[in-house]
Amino acid sequence: MRLKTIVAVLGVGAVVACAPVQSGPASSGTDEQTGQLRVWLFDEVNRGPKEAVVKEAVSEFQAAHSGVTVDVQYIQVASRAERFKAAFSDQKSAPDVAEFGNTDLAGFVSAGGFSELDLNGWEESKDLVPTILDTAKVDGKTYGVPWFVGVRALYYRTDVFDELGIDVPETLDEIATTAREIRQKKPEMIGISAGGKYLFAALPYIWAQGGDIAKADGGKFTATIDSAEAKAGVAKYTELIKDDICPPATCAGNGGDASVEAFRAGKAAMTIGGDFNRKSVDASSAAGKYGVVPLPGKDKGSIAPAFAGGNLLGVMKGTQRKTLATEFTQLLASKKYQQKMYTAMGNLPTFADVQQQVSDSDKFLEPFTKTLQSGTRFVPVTPAWAKIDAQAVVPTMIQEIVTGAKDVDTATADAAKTMNAAFTS
Amino acid sequence: MTAKGQGRTAFAYLAPALLVLGGLLAYPIYQLVLISLYDYGQEQVSGGAPLTFLGLGNYQALLGDRQFWTVLGQTVAFAAVCVVGTLLVGAFLAILATRVRTWVRMTLFLAALGAWSTPAVAGSTIWLFLFDANFGLVNEVLGIQGFSWTYDKWTAFGLVAAQVIWCSFPFVMVTLYAGIKAIPGEVLEAAALDGASAFRTAWSVTLPLLRPIILVVTIQSIIWDFKVFTQIYVMTNGGGIAGRNLVLNVYAYQQAFAASEYGLGAAIGVVMTVLLLGITMFYLRALRRSGEVL
Repeated sequence: MRLKTIVAVLGVGAVVACAPVQSGPASSGTDEQTGQLRVWLFDEVNRGPKEAVVKEAVSEFQAAHSGVTVDVQYIQVASRAERFKAAFSDQKSAPDVAEFGNTDLAGFVSAGGFSELDLNGWEESKDLVPTILDTAKVDGKTYGVPWFVGVRALYYRTDVFDELGIDVPETLDEIATTAREIRQKKPEMIGISAGGKYLFAALPYIWAQGGDIAKADGGKFTATIDSAEAKAGVAKYTELIKDDICPPATCAGNGGDASVEAFRAGKAAMTIGGDFNRKSVDASSAAGKYGVVPLPGKDKGSIAPAFAGGNLLGVMKGTQRKTLATEFTQLLASKKYQQKMYTAMGNLPTFADVQQQVSDSDKFLEPFTKTLQSGTRFVPVTPAWAKIDAQAVVPTMIQEIVTGAKDVDTATADAAKTMNAAFTS
Repeated sequence: MTAKGQGRTAFAYLAPALLVLGGLLAYPIYQLVLISLYDYGQEQVSGGAPLTFLGLGNYQALLGDRQFWTVLGQTVAFAAVCVVGTLLVGAFLAILATRVRTWVRMTLFLAALGAWSTPAVAGSTIWLFLFDANFGLVNEVLGIQGFSWTYDKWTAFGLVAAQVIWCSFPFVMVTLYAGIKAIPGEVLEAAALDGASAFRTAWSVTLPLLRPIILVVTIQSIIWDFKVFTQIYVMTNGGGIAGRNLVLNVYAYQQAFAASEYGLGAAIGVVMTVLLLGITMFYLRALRRSGEVL
């Protein structure tokens, strides 16, 4: 009898909830013109200057819209995925406007989190750099405004190069030979600090050889990491993580931060770093002893296509104040405030003319704006990328090669297989 | 009171416990199994995509994945090493504790409790500092600066196993110590009077009397060590170079939860639960066969 009761209880339970829970951000349908506008921005190590600029934008916005208050919350970058997932599932805890990384875009959009933006009525939008605006698009529709962009270039130690009497590399191949030479002459130094998990340093190598991670064909992605061109890039990048340049025991586990850290510590003669690494390098033992050039491409005089990182501002799908939210997004992402954000935080603007303006006034930025102007690339814009990223498919592939577990052909073929599984799921 | 009434009373007494168990155990497991039968990602959770019933599709994908079997094998071997290590160190120190002077025992217990009460994340990080390639104390003492403990697959596993043993032996030690202390003095005296050697006493008297306790700590250790997450995640930076230090829990997290594939993650959870239940059942049966009453 007792067993029957239990079975009955379970049976009732199964009938009551026969499928996992789902909740959904349906567009609210309302578009209120007053009330509180909630904004999520990323917290920063040194938030003060950013907060000051945002406050200025908020008071300008509030002055222009009576009956509207703007509540800005700063969220942690590290826990952003959880925060956003929660916000998508529960409208009450969701903001109206949010800052988010451009690599998160496809996943967030497919989760139904952000609403499409119509930038046609916004005069300034025509000056946005097209390849950067592309990072805010999914299937040709725009879901955000690029707020700032981050690109990487080649950092090198001027004192080491002078001492050894060597020249700055002018092609990708020369990076390896130069790095090897440095380590030979100064065995305590890493030739170039490259990392087994440093995806954004490996990608330019693949792109410069004419390869790519995947290709889109009518919205359908297929991995191309095992193409001849991509394999050439992978082979050249993994060549850097060898005992005669950057020993795997030290470098194989490094991501971007750790790679730059070795340069900061004065242990590496070169590294691939971003414009956003400038302040930390200036506060390190390499300060005043380094220069930056665009990462050279395959041929002399060319620039390897860089990954266009950066953050977007977008309007949440469930917002009840879509017009206000869109207006605030356009204000904060406007030329005026991007200029201010550059002064405050050093964030590279996304408008061509503003970019030119800031790089004219600051020589340091030249290699980065040159890189931007020569054309940047991006990771596949599909929700599957979030999965491929989380499963560390490309870093694992690189690590398998540098540890000798697999050769380039096998590792890239396996990575392509895993990616295709993610693309088709 | 009739038998029926007695049953009812017993049930009433058990009801609160059943309710708690039902809420905390049965319902989550029910949800886990349910989710494992669906294609349930972030899109489905937040309503961006319709739910698809996969049946055993997630299990099929999991069991067909070569890496899953590699990781499962590694997990079993890693857990076995940790369990044996924990039991040996714990038992050795428990016996030691019964034979030394009070202040030595107190020091030993305080040190062990310190290790026990250190949060796993903090403990792992401290061990990483100690074994740091360039600045670590261990490399400095051994004179092998620059040697990376976490790079090679086996040194990395060994280091993590040592850390796991370090933070789980105190439980075994304290429990066994209590067990040894609880053996009546008369029994040991009788053995001594019969002329049994110290080894004979330990083997034929102490050990059989400790069996139930040893069994409990063994099962506990197996369950704990099979589920190790923090140490591997922190010390090998999420599964080591090219994922060669992955264990099942970290693999589940990385493949499923970080990638928002909750359906697949739930399937891994179910497989782990079944495996652990199997191990526990096996031990209980073995126990019953040897005539022990639990």
